[in-house]
Amino acid sequence: MSEPFMDLSFELLAGDFERAGEASSKIKKTLQQIGVSADIVRRVAIGTYEGEMNVIIHSYGGTAKAHIYPEYTVIVLEDAGPGIADIELAVQEGYSTAPDYVRDLGFGAGMGLPNMKSCSDCFEIASKSGAGTKITMRFAHKKA
Amino acid sequence: MQDNYFHSVKFDKEQCRGCVTCIKFCPTEAIRIRGGKARIIQSRCIDCGECIRRCPHHAKRADTDTLADVGKFNFNVALPAPALYSQFAPAVSREKIFAALHRLGFDAVYEVALAAECVTLEIESYMKRRAGLKTPMISSACPAIIRLIQVRFPSLIGHIIPILPPVEVAATEARREFTRATGLAAETIGVWFLTPCPAKATNIRQPVDVTATDLSGAIGISSFYGEMKKIIGAISESDIAKARASSYGIGWGYAGGEIRATGLVNSLIVHGVKEVADVLEQIEMNKMDDVDYVECLACPGGCIGGALLPENRFVAEKNLKLRVRRLRDREPAGRRQTILGGREIAQGNSAFRHKTIQPRPIMKLDDNIVIAMKKVGQIKQILAELPGIDCGACGSPTCASLAEDIVQGLAAETDCVFKLRQVVNALEEEMSKPPKNARGETGTEE
Ligand code: SF4
Ligand code: SF4
Repeated sequence: MSEPFMDLSFELLAGDFERAGEASSKIKKTLQQIGVSADIVRRVAIGTYEGEMNVIIHSYGGTAKAHIYPEYTVIVLEDAGPGIADIELAVQEGYSTAPDYVRDLGFGAGMGLPNMKSCSDCFEIASKSGAGTKITMRFAHKKA
Repeated sequence: MQDNYFHSVKFDKEQCRGCVTCIKFCPTEAIRIRGGKARIIQSRCIDCGECIRRCPHHAKRADTDTLADVGKFNFNVALPAPALYSQFAPAVSREKIFAALHRLGFDAVYEVALAAECVTLEIESYMKRRAGLKTPMISSACPAIIRLIQVRFPSLIGHIIPILPPVEVAATEARREFTRATGLAAETIGVWFLTPCPAKATNIRQPVDVTATDLSGAIGISSFYGEMKKIIGAISESDIAKARASSYGIGWGYAGGEIRATGLVNSLIVHGVKEVADVLEQIEMNKMDDVDYVECLACPGGCIGGALLPENRFVAEKNLKLRVRRLRDREPAGRRQTILGGREIAQGNSAFRHKTIQPRPIMKLDDNIVIAMKKVGQIKQILAELPGIDCGACGSPTCASLAEDIVQGLAAETDCVFKLRQVVNALEEEMSKPPKNARGETGTEE
């Protein structure tokens, strides 16, 4: 595969709710500028936002990356841990391990992973308890 | 890039001083200062009137119809927006207001507030269907917001409730009613909206929601307000028209009135174009899908804050709310018994939008995605060199928009005063250096 046409990378800090949403909104703007259709931009933005929130709420911090090609966009979210013990369970709707204070902020209702799965064309998750988590989402720019 | 868009917001070159105030407030970054004067990028403007409100030099105005245009028809019906009532103290009866309109040349009056009640019931019954609705549904009442969605949030078009705004329903009803009453041919009747804002005037010339409008035109309230104010004191009530609309229809004139009328409690009331844009951003991210309905109005406080209303907007709000309260005291107890006098709607399908709203995206840098991607890269490079303080002195609203303008060939890097200074400094330095071939002075270095 050739070099991605465009790479965007954002650092995500654990617990940094102030800046949550920055990565998704910048990625959204870029996709709008290159002329990806509105509905697809919206799906990428929603998926990325959920991913960003996951890293900020549950992990020790990580990165959000967008690899943008003319035909599709790949979003990669990677964090440094603590990882997910039971992935099967975590991708079920309504399952959440968000601490109480985070839920009080109105986040972490357990919609993150299932939402990301349903809004992307292709969703992959790799994680191990005690290690990091890596999520890859792919979005075609044209509807299949 | 100057497509065929009609706009009622115009600006006056003579008055404009190029002070850059307006470019900062335009919600779609539609204004640039070039050659010391403002110009509006037609494809971006949504006629929200924000620039009219903000211009300290009155260089922006709305081109609406005037009372002189009324002369073109044999019979003329005035359609007062509920916001017109806000320009008068509640003690001034609506009958008096109608009598003044009669003096100004109208033969009849049809209250837009009455049509707002039909629309209220349509919205209520549409929202009852629940299943399959894209929540939150967004109100269709403000044409500037519809245009904002077209240009900045096209993915939300499916959220706009497919029901016409009250003014369109009023126009159809008025034309029908007075064709019947006068026996005149429908086309010989002038149907005039008395408008608080330029956006409504634009929608008549270039409707996004109806295939053919029943309106003949829109007359800005500020264009006849002075005259009306002069005569209204001396006038006695006449029987040109009875006030028919209830407090619920009239309430549509201020932010929150639509929600109050429809009884949709799990709703948001958002007004001010910037505030609306922020909320639309959240809706686009699915963060508000547990809300049923959003009343969105571009003007601060709702239509009573329209750019074509002369009265202070807080006074206008007080006036209208008080009028609503006093009227409510005399109405039947139940909301539904009050709206349209409890009649079921005769409206049928005519209150539904005639055509699909089309997206009008403005962000795309090029039709060819590969070229657009290159441009994104160039913009990033240029932006990194700009000071990033968004001063607006270059004539573009932000450093990012200047970078975009440069890449699109619409501006030059030296439009930035900081960049220009660097260039000038470099030149100066160059010129103050002794000429290379001058003997004696630089010789030692060689
Ligand atoms: S506010 Fe805008 S239109 Fe008015 S004088 Fe300043 S630059 Fe010109
Ligand atoms: S009317 Fe609104 S959108 Fe148009 S130029 Fe003025 S501020 Fe911008």
